[in-house]
Amino acid sequence: MEFLSRFDRPYEAQRPPIHPLIIDKISLNFGGVRALNEISLRVDPSQIFAIIGPNGAGKTSLLNCINALYRPQEGRIMYGKVDLVKVPPHQLPRLGIARAFQNIELFSHMSVLDNLMLGRHIYMKKNLLQALLYWGAGQREEIEHRRFVEYVIDLLEIQGIRKAIVGSLSYGLQKRVELGRALSLNPTLILLDEPMAGMNTEEKEDMARYILDIREEWGITVVLIEHDMGVVMDISDQVAVLEFGRLIAVGKPEDVRSNPEVIRAYLGREHR
Amino acid sequence: MNPDEILKFLRLTYTALSDGALLALIALALVLIYKATDVINFANGEFMLVGGYIGYQLLVWLQVIESPSVAVLLAVIGMVVATTLVGVLVERLVLRPLIGEPIISVIMVTIGLSNVMQAIVGLIWGKNPRPLPIDIIPRFSPFRIELEGARRPLNLLPDTLIILVIAFILVGGLLLFFSRSKHGIAMRATADDQQAAMSMGISIRFIFALTWSLAAIAAAVAGLIIAHVTNGVSGDIPGVGLRAFPVIILGGLDSIAGAIIGGFAIAFIETFASGYIDPGLKTVSPYLVLLIVLMIKPYGLFGQKRIERV
Repeated sequence: MEFLSRFDRPYEAQRPPIHPLIIDKISLNFGGVRALNEISLRVDPSQIFAIIGPNGAGKTSLLNCINALYRPQEGRIMYGKVDLVKVPPHQLPRLGIARAFQNIELFSHMSVLDNLMLGRHIYMKKNLLQALLYWGAGQREEIEHRRFVEYVIDLLEIQGIRKAIVGSLSYGLQKRVELGRALSLNPTLILLDEPMAGMNTEEKEDMARYILDIREEWGITVVLIEHDMGVVMDISDQVAVLEFGRLIAVGKPEDVRSNPEVIRAYLGREHR
Repeated sequence: MNPDEILKFLRLTYTALSDGALLALIALALVLIYKATDVINFANGEFMLVGGYIGYQLLVWLQVIESPSVAVLLAVIGMVVATTLVGVLVERLVLRPLIGEPIISVIMVTIGLSNVMQAIVGLIWGKNPRPLPIDIIPRFSPFRIELEGARRPLNLLPDTLIILVIAFILVGGLLLFFSRSKHGIAMRATADDQQAAMSMGISIRFIFALTWSLAAIAAAVAGLIIAHVTNGVSGDIPGVGLRAFPVIILGGLDSIAGAIIGGFAIAFIETFASGYIDPGLKTVSPYLVLLIVLMIKPYGLFGQKRIERV
């Protein structure tokens, strides 16, 4: 019975604890350009949190700061007891933070399966000998990781392209595979940079459904950047609006939508 | 066919096989670094030089041990440890500060590094060749093949066979490491996309240090084997390293299989051209074949079509 429950919801095993994400007055400068200006945000566990704003507002920079790829000159980003500003980027998956990039960053020469299995890298303990013999503990571990990956494959409905080389797939499918790879890390916080960019309506609806499913089933926090206002307003719990590196509004989608400052800065400009 | 000719063919094949295994090993060190870091390491020959001299020095110190096989074993282990450190040091002091710089700068630095390493070896051990104090491979008596009607019997040194086996074990080990182990897969991922690798929890610095160390070990073993074959360590070792460049260009810069097949191909071309046509062709022949291959397959026989032109 324990066996069954463990594999029915494989993401419940081995997962690092979930925390609120607290961004505390971070500022980021590139030379004389102030990309982010004293941004403070709180993302509660299991929320879908959208960051919107015109091009160049600093959305991706903010995500890169959370992801430890950029180092803000001021402020702290707390996830649990850890200040992400001080952590090397490769430690983030071990803290439960995963990322999918805006311009797909998959291992394009590998198969979908290999890409997803790489997400299990941080959990692998077997040594070379065990891996070679594919026997005993090594085999059990491999099967367990594969089971996790298969769960993700089912969730994202990419069974048919398991063995395909990623570089040969369509853009929409690659986006889906990248989400799958991030999920293979079994994260508690997932950062999605424009997960629906360049997709048609049907693909967008699928992606929105996956994001809702993940939050619903896995209970993880989703921070996403998206330009499609319809989708953002539909799926998000909270929306933050950036303009020229400043935070101009944050709140429930309906409040943000009616905020005059936002209409002026963002929605207004687009519909003019 | 004339029996002398048969024996000559056998002798050339035998030489080419061990030479090819050695070249494959050296080329593998180059491919390893190119695959993980996109850098062509022009100091590869000097890694062989340094490894060879470290092995030599350890043998000098350890020759007091009664049993020569224990001394050799300890010396080889010590050499592997020492060259690992050399690899890590080079990565830490020379290459890490260059992360984010254009690849061509890093490649130029490896050329500088090769001069520095040669100078350091010259400072410590001088310019004169030095014989190894103990044979790292025991000198067995040669196999003798006699054919009826042949003027002279053919003597084949068993060393050659042992070198072939050592090279095979090392190349095979690295191959398995690269394709099966967790770190090997992390190396492939790093080579493919560094940012994505980082977001998968892979430490790029660790992978780079690992790559340079593995390449340094492969090069050092090759250096020691050359020292055995040429009866001692000398400043000529890096010259053998240069012969690996046609190998990787022929096989494809980023292909391990290419390094192995290319290694044997170049060795056979060299040996047969010098044995059957003219000894002077030994150095030139690989480049002649290379020219033809590059006209037909500009990315090498097994290379992926995305070579940086430098």
